[in-house]
Amino acid sequence: MTSYLVKRLLSVLPTLLLVSMLIFGLQQLLPGDPAKILAGEEQDPNVVAYLTAKLHLDEPLPVRYGYWIAGVVQGDLGESVRTQLPVLSLILQKLPVTAELAFLAMCVAVLIGIPAGIASAVGRGTVWDYAANVFALWGLSTPNFWLGILMIMLFSVHLGWLPASGFVSPTEDLLGNLASMAMPAFVLGNAIAAVLMRHTRSAMLQVMQSDYVRTARAKGLDERTVILKHALRNALTPIITLGALEFGTLLSGAVLTEQVFTIPGFGKLILDAVFNRDYAVVQGVVLFTATTYIMLNLMADMAYFWVNPRLRR
Amino acid sequence: MTFKPQKYLLLPLALFMALGQGVASAQTLRIGLAEDPDVLDPTLARSFVGRVVFASLCDKLFDIDEKLNILPQLASSYEWSADSKALTLKIRQGVTFHDGEKLDAAAVKFNIERHKNLPGSNRRGELAPVTTVDVIDANTVRLNLSAPFAPLLAQLTDRAGMMVSPKAAQAAGDKFGSNPVCSGPFKFAERVAQDRIVLEKFANYWNKDAIHFDKVIYTPIPDATVRLANLKSGQLDFIERMASNDVENLMKDKKYKVSRITEIGYQGITINVGKSEQAKKNPLGRDAKVREAFELSLDRQGLAQVVMDNEALIGNQWVAPTNTYYAKNVPMPKRDIEKAKALLKEAGVVKPSFTLMTTTASDAQRLAVVIQAMTRDAGFDVKIQTTEFATSLNMADKGDFEAYVLAWSGRPDPDGNMFSFHGCKQPLNYAGYCSAETDALLNQSRAERDPVKRKKIMEQISAQVLKDRPVIYLYHRNWLWAYNGKLAGVRNIPDGLLRVTGLKMAP
Amino acid sequence: MSQSLSYTAWLRLRRRPSALIGLAVVIGFILLAILAPYISPQDPIATSWGAIRKAPSAAHWFGTDEIGRDVLSRVIWGTQASLMAGVISVSISLLIGVPIGLLAGFVGGTVDAIISRITDAFLACPFLILAIALAAFLGPSLTNAMVAIGISAAPIFVRLTRGQVIQIKVEDFVEAARSVGNPPWRIALVHILPNILPPLLVQATLAIAAAVIAEASLSFLGLGQQPPAPSWGSMLNTAKNFIEQAPWMAIWPGLSIFLLVLSFNLFGDGLRDALDPRQR
Repeated sequence: MTSYLVKRLLSVLPTLLLVSMLIFGLQQLLPGDPAKILAGEEQDPNVVAYLTAKLHLDEPLPVRYGYWIAGVVQGDLGESVRTQLPVLSLILQKLPVTAELAFLAMCVAVLIGIPAGIASAVGRGTVWDYAANVFALWGLSTPNFWLGILMIMLFSVHLGWLPASGFVSPTEDLLGNLASMAMPAFVLGNAIAAVLMRHTRSAMLQVMQSDYVRTARAKGLDERTVILKHALRNALTPIITLGALEFGTLLSGAVLTEQVFTIPGFGKLILDAVFNRDYAVVQGVVLFTATTYIMLNLMADMAYFWVNPRLRR
Repeated sequence: MTFKPQKYLLLPLALFMALGQGVASAQTLRIGLAEDPDVLDPTLARSFVGRVVFASLCDKLFDIDEKLNILPQLASSYEWSADSKALTLKIRQGVTFHDGEKLDAAAVKFNIERHKNLPGSNRRGELAPVTTVDVIDANTVRLNLSAPFAPLLAQLTDRAGMMVSPKAAQAAGDKFGSNPVCSGPFKFAERVAQDRIVLEKFANYWNKDAIHFDKVIYTPIPDATVRLANLKSGQLDFIERMASNDVENLMKDKKYKVSRITEIGYQGITINVGKSEQAKKNPLGRDAKVREAFELSLDRQGLAQVVMDNEALIGNQWVAPTNTYYAKNVPMPKRDIEKAKALLKEAGVVKPSFTLMTTTASDAQRLAVVIQAMTRDAGFDVKIQTTEFATSLNMADKGDFEAYVLAWSGRPDPDGNMFSFHGCKQPLNYAGYCSAETDALLNQSRAERDPVKRKKIMEQISAQVLKDRPVIYLYHRNWLWAYNGKLAGVRNIPDGLLRVTGLKMAP
Repeated sequence: MSQSLSYTAWLRLRRRPSALIGLAVVIGFILLAILAPYISPQDPIATSWGAIRKAPSAAHWFGTDEIGRDVLSRVIWGTQASLMAGVISVSISLLIGVPIGLLAGFVGGTVDAIISRITDAFLACPFLILAIALAAFLGPSLTNAMVAIGISAAPIFVRLTRGQVIQIKVEDFVEAARSVGNPPWRIALVHILPNILPPLLVQATLAIAAAVIAEASLSFLGLGQQPPAPSWGSMLNTAKNFIEQAPWMAIWPGLSIFLLVLSFNLFGDGLRDALDPRQR
């Protein structure tokens, strides 16, 4: 077990290095001269020259990578050329927002997906199965930017129940914060609900045919206890590990949902930086979120291993 | 009325929110922007949207009014020397910066020099002819020029005329933008990138009686539909750049007001006539007759109608027909398919084909598609190539295009709409147009301060440039502002920037 | 063995109505795409200045868009773009992902370690960001969007294939094949590959659904199908600006995406159940 743990931890570093090279390389692929794009409307040649020097654009690729990585190792992720704000402070400003959105979306996903999965597994072949299927899948089948716009039109403009966009800090105004997160969390959670439903369903189906459940039934326990107390508990393990991975994906920022609802999280930050060719921001944020994702991955694997003694050998 | 149980459940929630908003809205002005501003340092700033924030944050030497006249702001009066090579300014007395420092002639000198010398300064080109600045006395400063420069006053109505606190600027160096210290009616409080910029009332503002808000919050919301939704749901008091198709419906709602201001910029099509080898490879770039035929196959009013829902004033020059400097000797042609076909025949191309490059912005794309359909009647085969903005800029810069849908936000002095575009090798001359006569005329118009004489020179420039058609000017869009009907004192200034002075929210 | 598996699978599939409905709808859309030139009432790119944003009527069953084009015709023709986006992107993912995964799982050792690290790195980056960067690099067009989505989704298939190969290669029949003297490439292609197809097929079906949405997302950002050619995603992108004045511009393409993706999802889920050897 320990040797596995050590092996996995050791593999994190090369993966992160590869991530840094991947995201750095991708930025360089983007067409256009970032100095010209960041030079704004007037395209003053002095400004272009200044930015070219500042971004080391004249120097060869490996050198530029070297500058960046050297900074990262020392904790300096550079600054946004467009706004001159340090990347690290941008990340720290937006982390709570993205984390909250991810958490709320997971809540929505769990509240919809797990019961739907249980209903589908228990009522297999019946109309419940079909209904639960469609109910959970509809979120996965609608583009989230599309659902978002429809919801804004309905709930904000026509009914006036929820704010159309923006983010209110929970420390300032908790209710306002929840109101502003309600729609985006729902839109995001919907899609994940389907994935959770599928896994809950297949895990439940598997467990329900196991000896463990047959014994519980033979003991004379009522069906409800059998399902909720015994079957579900055993089915939860793969569901939890999956949930952790989905949470990790959410932490990378929900690019389009944040765009539509103007939630100032990672997704919006990265998207705007890609279009503005603000390399440092894209590289810094993706490196950060990739690290988080890999760590969550690792923890999920550890949990799975720990719970499943057979794999420990 | 049907029973809606949900509404009762959310009533306490709504009450909470309404309470929270009600208390704030009496003193806070919430403005929705179309983009997130870039760096908040007037010397380094490079975007239009940043200027919207500067309008509340940083006062400038001069301002403009609805008719583009120069008004005093930080400078109370000005005087040109006889040879037009020196501009003497009298600085308003008793003005302080947000940090309490005095705004005097020395501060103005510091700022002009900062604009000229700070590495990365975007103002150097705007103040290029200014060589030295002399402090005559505590409230008088003189800018010395290497040559007469008529657009100078207009430059001083924008970022080049903005004054920052020398003490704060020296302390912060080029990091000044994260905590700007200016002398406008509101001072910088907080910025969360892509979320909000919060400004608080400056108690010692020289014109504080005209300021009726305690706070201004700017929120960037790039999607126009969502921005409008925010206004309608009460989260914002004012939005800029509303979509043209939303105007009709909003004007029916008495709760809101709409401002429609013809811009000082334009929407046009830039044609590669000499920027690269590609110019010679297609008939449009090669032959002025083909370009003329192209212009004649366009119905400008139809374009304004379909693309902008008529929220635009059609024009054929870089200034609008209502502008003083519009050259009446180059009138707007009407659509004439027969003449277009005849010209094409003369030029020897019956079915000219070229690629029209456009960005992904919705109105630019719409424009391209409509042009494609319109010009087909004369035989043009227009292919549309969409790229994202950054890529299109790159291609334009390299001359890797044939025609490009490009707009310009405009400057109060017509020089700002023509020099950089039609002067040989100037940075915004994507067309690659180059003519020695035009260059000479452009320089003459810069040196001529007398408006009557200047207009004559500009008429010559217009005649010269427009017959070659490196750019085909289509129309001047309306700045579309939508705001809470209770907001009074909104001044419709053609640069598209909201001034907070005099704004009041009725109870 | 594989023959009887697919027959049993087909029997089981037939008993799940949701999967059959999904399959039927998918086939319906495929027919729509193929027959578009014949059944589309009007030219999808024909503009009409007089009929801008007209509500649905007898002349235009789905209404017209912001420059007077018939929405129904554009929806029908748009089926081609969406189906191609789905199928071709996933085909690219399979063509790249399966061989690499096969290699990693079969050969193991250092090769596996290197491939796994690279795959992990790709999977750690947000999918949409990868796709956007690639699409921007290649240039906005439907083809490039498909390539971008295909490349960005390939790591998922690498990981899936690798996992399956690792599980299967310790099975008895593979041992048997080896002991008989089959060369490794033959074992990989003839013995292992056919047996890992079922989960790959399921994942591919589900991936098509995701790819259709990914294309819509890229078009929403201006990086997919370019005007004036119709695609549901770019139609939604334009429609969002007119949602109050002309909701029909958005309803029909949105509904189409929803139906197509839902159908692929239902069919894919049904397929997974049908092919799962663990279920009776």
